[in-house]
Amino acid sequence: MNEFFQALAEHAFLRNALVTGLLVSVACGTMGTYVVVRRMTYIAGGIAHCVLGGIGAAVYLERVHGWTMLDPMYGAVVAALLAAVAIGVVSLRASERVDTAIGATWAIGMAAGVLFLARTPGYAQDLMSYLFGNILLVSVRDMQLIGVMDVMVVGTVVAFHNQFLSISFDEEFARARGINVGFYHMLLLVLTALTVVLLVTVVGVVLVIALLTIPAAISGRFTSMLSHMMGLAIVVSAALTTGGLALSYGLNTPTGATIVLLAAAAYVVSVVLARGWAARRPAS
Amino acid sequence: MSARPVVELEHVTFAYDGRVVLDDVNLTIQENDFVTVVGPNGGGKTTLMKLILGLLEPSEGTVRVLGTTPEAARHRIGYLPQRADIDHDFPARVIDVVLTGRLRGDRLRGSYTDADRDAALRALEEVELADNHLRPFSVLSGGQQQRVIIARALAAEPSLLILDEPTSNLDVVMERGLYDLLGRLHENMTVALVTHDIGFVTDITRTVVCVKHSVVCHETGELTGELMSEVYGRDVRAVLHRHRDAAGAGSGSSEPR
Repeated sequence: MNEFFQALAEHAFLRNALVTGLLVSVACGTMGTYVVVRRMTYIAGGIAHCVLGGIGAAVYLERVHGWTMLDPMYGAVVAALLAAVAIGVVSLRASERVDTAIGATWAIGMAAGVLFLARTPGYAQDLMSYLFGNILLVSVRDMQLIGVMDVMVVGTVVAFHNQFLSISFDEEFARARGINVGFYHMLLLVLTALTVVLLVTVVGVVLVIALLTIPAAISGRFTSMLSHMMGLAIVVSAALTTGGLALSYGLNTPTGATIVLLAAAAYVVSVVLARGWAARRPAS
Repeated sequence: MSARPVVELEHVTFAYDGRVVLDDVNLTIQENDFVTVVGPNGGGKTTLMKLILGLLEPSEGTVRVLGTTPEAARHRIGYLPQRADIDHDFPARVIDVVLTGRLRGDRLRGSYTDADRDAALRALEEVELADNHLRPFSVLSGGQQQRVIIARALAAEPSLLILDEPTSNLDVVMERGLYDLLGRLHENMTVALVTHDIGFVTDITRTVVCVKHSVVCHETGELTGELMSEVYGRDVRAVLHRHRDAAGAGSGSSEPR
């Protein structure tokens, strides 16, 4: 551990990685809570894999066609938002076919990404870092973008917390109150999409789901209010990304995968701890 | 109190996927009536309630609620959905759940006022759960959770209360308690109750609405064993023409119009 702190003092890239992990945790804990209570894991997975298509397209246009202004992260945001809207429209129109639409979106996004990267000279090897994360390569500009998206996610959730709670608890009742369920559902999907993009920088397309769900799932075992669940999920996520980063530095293992496996271990521990906690909770 | 119509349906037909669920329904519910809605599964009871709430649009005909459109009247209707799609472990306090009954679609502001909190607490007092308002919803028993859901409907301080099978997950004792509560609430509002167990409510209900694709109304005095078996039996048509005109139903008028 001491070794890690020394390395932190020495290497700017490690400090950037640490700060990125902390920044991402804010959006991750907040939206992960909705993903878990609204059972949107599969939707988030579909959006995450679509992000690869956007990254691939951006890298391709940047390298091959000289669109130098185009950052891969912009491509990721566009693809994530498109996927969120597509899935949202299908889920509002024909709820029984949602899983088909998500599955298709998932694979189409991946396929497009692989195609674009294959067509970009010298970038085929980058596929691995997009799939499994490259937190050690984040730039200061990435971090600024992550900060902006954090503010957007948290600001929207604070503003519409009660509406989100209402549609998450009982959609039918919310509709009867005149709440525009479709609009808020779509808004949650868009926020989830932004969060997914942030997480891709840390753990990559394939592992996003773990970081989006595990901290919230752990937190949900110890909290009984949505806002508390979010708060604890943020703390858990921050601890897991920081711990995973330190561990991967010490063990010289890939950071994204290390964070995810640490999260999995933490989840198992939480299941055991929660049993004891539930036993102490006041009976009804 | 002078009776005026709270709900008016005129020649309402509702079809879904080409299947006619409700056919040419005329129904008037008067102010302060206690209406019990019965009928076989799939007969259109829930559809009828959703038409009144404006959650469904009629294919033909008009629906008026509290003198206006269902959409405009919505915030004055308290609603308990059928087997509400509820996660019983949802992370929220009792008061948070009840407060969602104060949200209104026509207001963008999502924060609650002191008036909202007072109304939510009063609603919890009605169901005798005010002491539990800060407890997690998930630790309550099934019966308590159902009372919280009723309080959520009451939090809007509604003029019309619509309950779609509120007793489906309650045992017999809790069911009795719920009907006592409804009898009390009925002093201040119009109640429409969808239920399977009409036996429990014969002493508080005033009008029985039978829904089976069409709608017919009875005064409670007309309820006989023969009628009840007919309501759920196969040969309902044999009874239909004995019903009085549905448009005249309600506590205020027993004569056909």
